[in-house]
Amino acid sequence: MERHMTVPFDKNEAEQLKSGDYVYLSGTIYTARDAAHKRMNEALDSGGKIPFPLEDGVIYYMGPSPARQGRPIGSAGPTTAGRMDKYAPKLLDLGLRAMIGKGKRSKEVHQAVVRNKAVYFAAVGGAGALLSKAVVSSQTVAYDDLGTEAIRKLEIKDFPVIVVIDTQGNDLYETAAQAYRKEE
Amino acid sequence: MRSIHVDEIAEAIKEMCIEANHFLSEDMKSALGEAAKREESPLGRQILGQLEENLAIASEDMIPICQDTGMTVVFLEVGQEVHVEGGLLTDAVNEGVRRGYEEGLLRKSVVRDPVFRENTKDNTPAVIYYDIVAGERMRITVAPKGFGSENMSRVFMLKPADGIEGVKNAVFTAVEDAGPNACPPMVIGVGIGGTFEKCALMAKQALTRPVNCRSEIPYVRELEEELLDRINRTGIGPGGLGGNTTALAVNINTYPTHIAGLPVAVNICCHVNRHCVREL
Repeated sequence: MERHMTVPFDKNEAEQLKSGDYVYLSGTIYTARDAAHKRMNEALDSGGKIPFPLEDGVIYYMGPSPARQGRPIGSAGPTTAGRMDKYAPKLLDLGLRAMIGKGKRSKEVHQAVVRNKAVYFAAVGGAGALLSKAVVSSQTVAYDDLGTEAIRKLEIKDFPVIVVIDTQGNDLYETAAQAYRKEE
Repeated sequence: MRSIHVDEIAEAIKEMCIEANHFLSEDMKSALGEAAKREESPLGRQILGQLEENLAIASEDMIPICQDTGMTVVFLEVGQEVHVEGGLLTDAVNEGVRRGYEEGLLRKSVVRDPVFRENTKDNTPAVIYYDIVAGERMRITVAPKGFGSENMSRVFMLKPADGIEGVKNAVFTAVEDAGPNACPPMVIGVGIGGTFEKCALMAKQALTRPVNCRSEIPYVRELEEELLDRINRTGIGPGGLGGNTTALAVNINTYPTHIAGLPVAVNICCHVNRHCVREL
């Protein structure tokens, strides 16, 4: 099913989304990848705070290439989500509503998605030029010293994603591959 | 004896870094186009269409095809009649990478120490392989390698008794484990034989071969075709979201090996299989 959605969204809206849905997201999301997750985790461990509104928030696992003059961002496709599996359950328990990335997630992330009524979206890996066209603005909000790995606030318009893991725990990576598998 | 100045080498490397990250080779583009015609899954076709659109945007607007503009792998085949003047060859390659990634607005993705991880901020050092060949030319291949797929690559030290079935299972296992993480449709580079590091290097070199060009060794050619067919029956599909386009090619390179061993390396590349060749 094809849908248009505004981000951030709450639990009730998350429950409407089904594994396999093609969704165009518009609104505000935040980027964070390996180094930012490590730093956020250290901040939480020492009583600090996440440097953006996490409640119902959306994290995009992405580190862009530098922007050309007159553009908000450079190439901006998803990175492999599995490297953030160590940190994701804690963030989901604190209110993170959705993650955008690519690739398989751990059992712990699956459980945290279901427990918190969250969603894991995939964006098409290796389509960074195309996806950059759906980014309206980009502003670094934390960890500026991390360069491409800094946390950025992105305004997006009709950013194309696919629901991989829904609030029920259905996983498109498993079901879709099974559907097209041809046994020998 | 022919002299080539380091400035000429650095300039060529700079231009090739920029070119490789914005334009895919013709064989890759046509392989993606062919795959889109054959793909059974509607979502798979949609994703392949997005990848073609992405390539068009990248080249028209000069936005890198992928934000992961890679660690820069450079193969240099240097004629033994060539004299490099004006400085060190390695420094010239790294200077070219430095300028290419800065001027080309490419992402700097290299950290100085693998454990402490401070970004070098200019994407150097490159990973450079030198080969001394006959003649007075220098052939340069620049192949920026993204790490989504690099992370899913494997080396298997098989036993001679494992034979060709062992080789097939090794490649198949690596591809199935990679699944959606490696941004399918993938290109699979395989090295069989040599030593531990030689087979890995052959797998990397195999990725720079055109995807529409099969091995000249009859059994290797059959192996490439059989493995591609089997990989495309896994159902993984474009983006890992289901379909019959999981890989665009399996390229296999071989080398003699030891009586006790059968090394197999599988270097997985995403659909952004970048390489650019020039001769000076």
